[in-house]
Amino acid sequence: MRRALTVRTGFVSVRIDRRMLVLAAVMLTVIVALALWAVTLGSFPISVGQVADTLLGGGGKAARKVVWEWRGPRIAAAILFGALLGMSGAVFQSLTRNPLGSPDVIGFNAGSYTGVVVAMMLGASGYAATVSAAVVGGLIAAVIVYALAFRDGVSGTRLILVGIAISLFFGGLNQWFAVTADVDEALRAAVWGAGSLAKVTPAAVAVAAAIALAALVIMPVAQRWMSMLELGDDTAAMLGLRLERTKALLVVFGILTTAVVTATAGPIAFVALAAPQIGRRLRGRGASVDLLSAALTGALILLAADIVAQHALPGILLPVGAVTVCAGGAYLLWLLAVEGRRR
Amino acid sequence: MSAIVSGPELIGEALRVGYRADAAILDGVDVRIPPGELTVIIGPNACGKSTLLRTLARILRPAGGAVLLDGADVRSLPSKVLARRLGMLPQSPIAPDGITVLDLVSRGRYPHQGILRSWSEDDERAVDDALIATGTLDLADRQMDELSGGQRQRVWIAMALAQQTSALLLDEPTTFLDIGHQNDVLELISGMRDASRTIVAVLHDINQAARFATHLIAMKDGRIVAEGRPTDIVTAELIDELFELRARILIDPAYGVPMVLPGG
Repeated sequence: MRRALTVRTGFVSVRIDRRMLVLAAVMLTVIVALALWAVTLGSFPISVGQVADTLLGGGGKAARKVVWEWRGPRIAAAILFGALLGMSGAVFQSLTRNPLGSPDVIGFNAGSYTGVVVAMMLGASGYAATVSAAVVGGLIAAVIVYALAFRDGVSGTRLILVGIAISLFFGGLNQWFAVTADVDEALRAAVWGAGSLAKVTPAAVAVAAAIALAALVIMPVAQRWMSMLELGDDTAAMLGLRLERTKALLVVFGILTTAVVTATAGPIAFVALAAPQIGRRLRGRGASVDLLSAALTGALILLAADIVAQHALPGILLPVGAVTVCAGGAYLLWLLAVEGRRR
Repeated sequence: MSAIVSGPELIGEALRVGYRADAAILDGVDVRIPPGELTVIIGPNACGKSTLLRTLARILRPAGGAVLLDGADVRSLPSKVLARRLGMLPQSPIAPDGITVLDLVSRGRYPHQGILRSWSEDDERAVDDALIATGTLDLADRQMDELSGGQRQRVWIAMALAQQTSALLLDEPTTFLDIGHQNDVLELISGMRDASRTIVAVLHDINQAARFATHLIAMKDGRIVAEGRPTDIVTAELIDELFELRARILIDPAYGVPMVLPGG
């Protein structure tokens, strides 16, 4: 039996990887189950049955408030943000052909952080200002990294090394702001910088959902471009891909998906780095980084991390960013060991 | 696929290419690749043969001159349209980690596909034909990293075949292969030649070029110094001019093609 399933009806004819299909179904089920369980956790006791009842329009007034206004948005945010981060990581890892080439490593998150800090210092607050500042900051970092790494095209390793340097540079700027700004601003920036889903509003979730939906529509096209670019620039060009335009569009896609998360929740490390690689390994032999499994894995990781952040230590609420950073450190060490042995 | 009566004609007009402006690698090269032939470009290292091939393939943008495919400037064609007519196998293509042969060869179909039509019956047939033609059908579910160098090169050629272009360029397709696999790959390429297909390859070995080419282009210092049928142009004088090598030319008794033996 071949690994692929061919579907041909009317003007549609596509080939679907069986393992991908199974993986997607399993992961979606796990995500839904975990999400339902997460709604029941917390000081207000509520059962899975009550949750389902409330989601279907029933439930008591208190249950509705807990599900729809308190816990629901945060859980939805964890799933959506995780998926967006996973996709962003997949894009950059595919472009750089390197498992370290993720937006949190190559400086885009630090740039977004700086953008937000600058906006705060200029007195701008509110969701729109924060989002714009994060996007602009991320783009500026991306342009600087790209410009410094460019020499007859961009090689993955050079991009990553330049990115790490730029990341440190922006990190330094951020610290300087924190030291010189007045206490209120510095504190706000620090809280945002820890990366947390606690202050996510339903409006922010709606925006993230819209972006995630758009990303879902774009995903098949972006995935095909990534598969072609993996073959090397020359081969991709000979197969009819317009290299620089395609890469630029993918970079914008990768930055938007990470920036919308960073703007709302602050920089959440590790998800973009790890999700594509874990997704790839789950798909088994012969698979390279892909958007769908990265999105599903990312959603699962962030949801699980946020549950840990809220409920693992009784009475202590951690920012989810702290949980992912700890997990990320361990993961990074493992990755370096595995990659080091392979080379 | 409509039946193509004759392979396409590829022409380079006054091509000027330089990685730096002051040091042109090609300085006004006029070249005509005859339709339906297997053209081989030879010459000493750094003579500009790969540069010429990559310019014809529109990977390098010439600073001056134009590349014409059946009379049309390749720059004026949409890239996907061009990719259905002109293909090239680069010198060291990259296989993504762990990719299977079938997956790789299928990617050659990209210029024929759309989002909703990414695996039509034509795609399936083209991939199967390419696997059969290159003798790699049995390897379809294997991973590229498990294959020998010769097998891997066959798979890359299968990918280029699946693209179904009537013009196919190959940049040193035998590099890194032992002599047995070199011959294997050259036999395969030679067997692909027919009137409806125009093939161009850059090769290092003059004897292999003389044996398999139906049209030979000899280059030195970014210029074309001789072109024609191997039996007509491979002479001791040409070898001396190209490689600064004194050599005797014999005729291969089996194939009737010139053979170069170094030494006076």
